[in-house]
Amino acid sequence: MGVYHLMATINPLSSLKNLIPNLTIRGTGFSWNLVADVLAQFQYAFMQHAYMAGIIVAVVAGIVGYFVVLRSLSFAGHALSHIGFAGATGAVALGVNPIYGLLVFTVGAAMGMGFMGKRIYGRDVVIGIVLAWTLGLGVLFLSLYTGYATEAYALLFGEILGISQADVIVTLIAGVVTLIAMAIMFRPLLFASVDGDVAEARGVPVRLLSILFMVVLAISVSEAVQVVGVLLIFALLVTPPAIAERLTAHPIKAIGLSVLLAILFTCIGLFISFYLPYPVSFFITTLAFITYLVVRLWAYVRQRFTKLTSEAV
Amino acid sequence: MQKKNTTDLTVSLQDAAVQLDSRIIWDDANVNVEQGEFVAVVGPNGSGKSTLLRVLLGLQYLSKGHVKVLGETPHRGNKLIGYVPQRRTFEPDMPIRGRDLVMMGLEGLRWGFALPGPAQHRQQKLVDEILQSVEALKYADRPIGQLSGGEQQRFILAQALIGKPRLLLLDEPLANLDLRNQIAIPQLVAKLASADSTTVLLVTHDINPLLPVVDKVIYIAKGNMVIGKPEEVITTETLSRLYEAPVEVVRDSNGRLFVVGLEQEVAHPHEH
Repeated sequence: MGVYHLMATINPLSSLKNLIPNLTIRGTGFSWNLVADVLAQFQYAFMQHAYMAGIIVAVVAGIVGYFVVLRSLSFAGHALSHIGFAGATGAVALGVNPIYGLLVFTVGAAMGMGFMGKRIYGRDVVIGIVLAWTLGLGVLFLSLYTGYATEAYALLFGEILGISQADVIVTLIAGVVTLIAMAIMFRPLLFASVDGDVAEARGVPVRLLSILFMVVLAISVSEAVQVVGVLLIFALLVTPPAIAERLTAHPIKAIGLSVLLAILFTCIGLFISFYLPYPVSFFITTLAFITYLVVRLWAYVRQRFTKLTSEAV
Repeated sequence: MQKKNTTDLTVSLQDAAVQLDSRIIWDDANVNVEQGEFVAVVGPNGSGKSTLLRVLLGLQYLSKGHVKVLGETPHRGNKLIGYVPQRRTFEPDMPIRGRDLVMMGLEGLRWGFALPGPAQHRQQKLVDEILQSVEALKYADRPIGQLSGGEQQRFILAQALIGKPRLLLLDEPLANLDLRNQIAIPQLVAKLASADSTTVLLVTHDINPLLPVVDKVIYIAKGNMVIGKPEEVITTETLSRLYEAPVEVVRDSNGRLFVVGLEQEVAHPHEH
């Protein structure tokens, strides 16, 4: 059973949903009793799996994303997901579970980026060139497999409602591994990210940490693709920590807030999508975007306000 | 002059040279710095001032000669050295407090993460103490990127000092500072360093703000390096020898020193 149900025709519920959008297929409608609503949703195994996988991915993305923003790696993270697309479609063409192709391609590319280091001139150009080529490969692999549209759709935009129990377990294992790695690396990685020159002079293995972090990022990206897909990876990996870093300069608080936001976006997105016939990814990305806008607007208003009051005094 | 045992010296260079690709940065350098001295490293751009610090940090090897730092061959990750690299400032959106930057000087090398508890509380007290002594406690919880250059410099200094180094290497810490801080920061460094008899090497392109506090000057120019008291080194004779061209040192009514004659040298290098 594939991660995205690419090997099967596609998740029967979502295909039914696509055919008859207005049919309440789950049999239960929205009530204002949220506890009862959640319990009703949990009667369906696919919703349980979606919540579990979504929360695991949100926790990982919230923590790893903090360092992605701190190290200005958002383009690298974005590129990794696209490079992973070629791996996933290649795996589909070979008849293998796409998560393996995704992991092989992202981890390989991540190690290459890690070896290039943070300050190599034209690094983003090199990444962009590799990214374009691997997307081309992805298109080729897709054409080799018949059933083109649904696979591409699931990979590009996510198919969290099609996650199986086995996929949840794979996600959990990958999540635990990345969290342990982050816990071990935390202090030297923070030092190297904020103050690389001093960290290196003090003996922090800056290059090794850079490679290790890229590998952790690759695994996180592969996981997050299941929830929001290749194209929408920013919504979980970059938006929550970017919001958190605007609200606090305290590293632990920022990471906690980033995780909390990622969980909220994912769960609220899932919750809403149960009642409305539109993709989960849309709700998650929209929640993330609106929150980001509100926080920026609030910061702007607050800044103007303090300026005005200080001028008055 | 009495011969010093090399283990008493914080820094000792003997007939040292550095070559980068085919270019010789400096050659025949003989420099001894004693424990507790405050030394300014001066010279024109590209003369190899930062290279000297890199040699002491073990980040750059000599092509010739010998170097000892605190009685040892230089090596990376020497915990007895505090280092402040040349930099502009932190980006305005750097989401880290000044206090976090200082804490990294204390435990940035340790794996894992800090759990709350008495040990963490002790570390935070140490951070508060050093922040008090660099007079930065009142803005320690603000994002560092939103502070002025002088305020940021105090955290950077506190980070370098919190590990109680025996040698402090500061690369252009006065660049981008306003005039008030160009005077205040060297005095702060001198005060904190003398309390622990920490040796200081401070790279700067202008010696004048440092004249009240320095013991010695290392002057690098045209691949030559000399060390001595400011009044011995910054003279018409010594600098003309160093630059291999006639230059003149003039002193204004405030006692500030200026090297003149280099403008001609730069504009018409072949006329001499």
